[in-house]
Amino acid sequence: MSAVRLLVGTRKGAFVLTSDGKRQQWKVDGPYFAGWEIYHLKGSPVDQNRLYASQSSGWFGQLIQRSEDGGKTWEPVGNEFVYDGVPGTHQWYDGTQHPWEFKRVWHLEPSLTDPDTVYAGAEDAALFRTSDGGKTWLELPGLRAAKGNLWQPGAGGMCLHTILLDPGNAERIFVAISAAGAFRSDDAGQTWRPINQGLRSEQIPDPKAEVGHCVHRIAMHSSRPGVLFMQKHWDVMRSENAGDSWNEVSGNLPSDFGFPIDVHAHEPETIYVVPIKSDSEHFPPDGKLRVYRSRSGGNEWEALTKGLPQSDCYVNVLRDAMCVDSLDKCGVYFGTTGGQVYASADAGDTWNAVVRDLPAVLSVEVQTLP
Amino acid sequence: MIRVALPHHLRKLARVEGEVELDVKGPVTQRSILDALEARYPVLRGTIRDHVTQKRRAFVRFFACEQDFSHDPPDTPLPAAVATGAESFVVLGAMAGG
Repeated sequence: MSAVRLLVGTRKGAFVLTSDGKRQQWKVDGPYFAGWEIYHLKGSPVDQNRLYASQSSGWFGQLIQRSEDGGKTWEPVGNEFVYDGVPGTHQWYDGTQHPWEFKRVWHLEPSLTDPDTVYAGAEDAALFRTSDGGKTWLELPGLRAAKGNLWQPGAGGMCLHTILLDPGNAERIFVAISAAGAFRSDDAGQTWRPINQGLRSEQIPDPKAEVGHCVHRIAMHSSRPGVLFMQKHWDVMRSENAGDSWNEVSGNLPSDFGFPIDVHAHEPETIYVVPIKSDSEHFPPDGKLRVYRSRSGGNEWEALTKGLPQSDCYVNVLRDAMCVDSLDKCGVYFGTTGGQVYASADAGDTWNAVVRDLPAVLSVEVQTLP
Repeated sequence: MIRVALPHHLRKLARVEGEVELDVKGPVTQRSILDALEARYPVLRGTIRDHVTQKRRAFVRFFACEQDFSHDPPDTPLPAAVATGAESFVVLGAMAGG
């Protein structure tokens, strides 16, 4: 009997939610690291009991925790994130230059092949890697050489929030940064180039600039890693060529502002977004929480509403707070800033709240267990 | 014996209850106390002061004998009452956030 394990990061701790393959009854464990911000937790694809968590606090800084038993117990590992060399400056909100300063880890991406290798996306934006299970972290400084002096913070800070590892090419890594854009390495992270051609952002002096775009999330299907989907600050985009160029696929969405985007586990052309009204009003249009699904890889979207609040709902869904499992039918999950975690066991057709009253949800990851 | 009072979150991290007692070699200063504390509890490295610069984190403060030592140079000797263990060296999170 298969099972699923949800790893939920919140403003005040981590929670582990488990269910059998039916995904109707859930057990809630936690909070772990109570009182700390848990930006992200994720399990190794090659050892599902090996989990990593990013634990941080405005008072006491950054810690990384590791579990060997699927989240029942945790041990702190290394927390020294030091930029390589003299980190220099990036652009500040007002256009002046500002020193690079480490604040926290937003996202942890375990290697597809080695449980001891993990990538960490940091604020201020940089990519770190451990190859010893989190004891030591080294920056991959080639990323900041990709015009880092022109990057600037988005409203949430200058964060590297998305890391995609190409399952067909161990040398290829994609990352996304707010507000810098998307970047690709074809040499395992040594050198990088911006992949933002086709993006248009009115919030920067040159709307078509090579860097400076506020990319909120990118996603791929493992069977087709050259096809990328992007939720930008505004606009939902698609690339057919590993990010070399992008085309808008917002189509009939009620708003093309939003944060997460994800791809169905078995249908590479089926994608999900959660439209948010605007960048100045971070809640759903018309007070209706709706996931939108496209079965055509964009442009044509349908609202998924069954089981979701359709009045007086003013929560947000953050960029790392949506995921899909690999069961059949595909499960889709997302968490809200109101503390709800919603689950759909039928690819989004119907939804149920797994929990309703957690702290604000920052991230949701799912593991499909045998 | 030096007594150090840690805030809740750092006690949880270090897996201690109540105050921590430390042997400190040489002059009793912020630096020598924190060096001894981090040597005993490596998980606290980076949580009170920066790994590289060794500067106090902005929202951490140091009190002792009803005085604020947060802004004193790290090698300034602390009061004799701290050095003898009569008073504890208090590490706490700044009151912030409502």
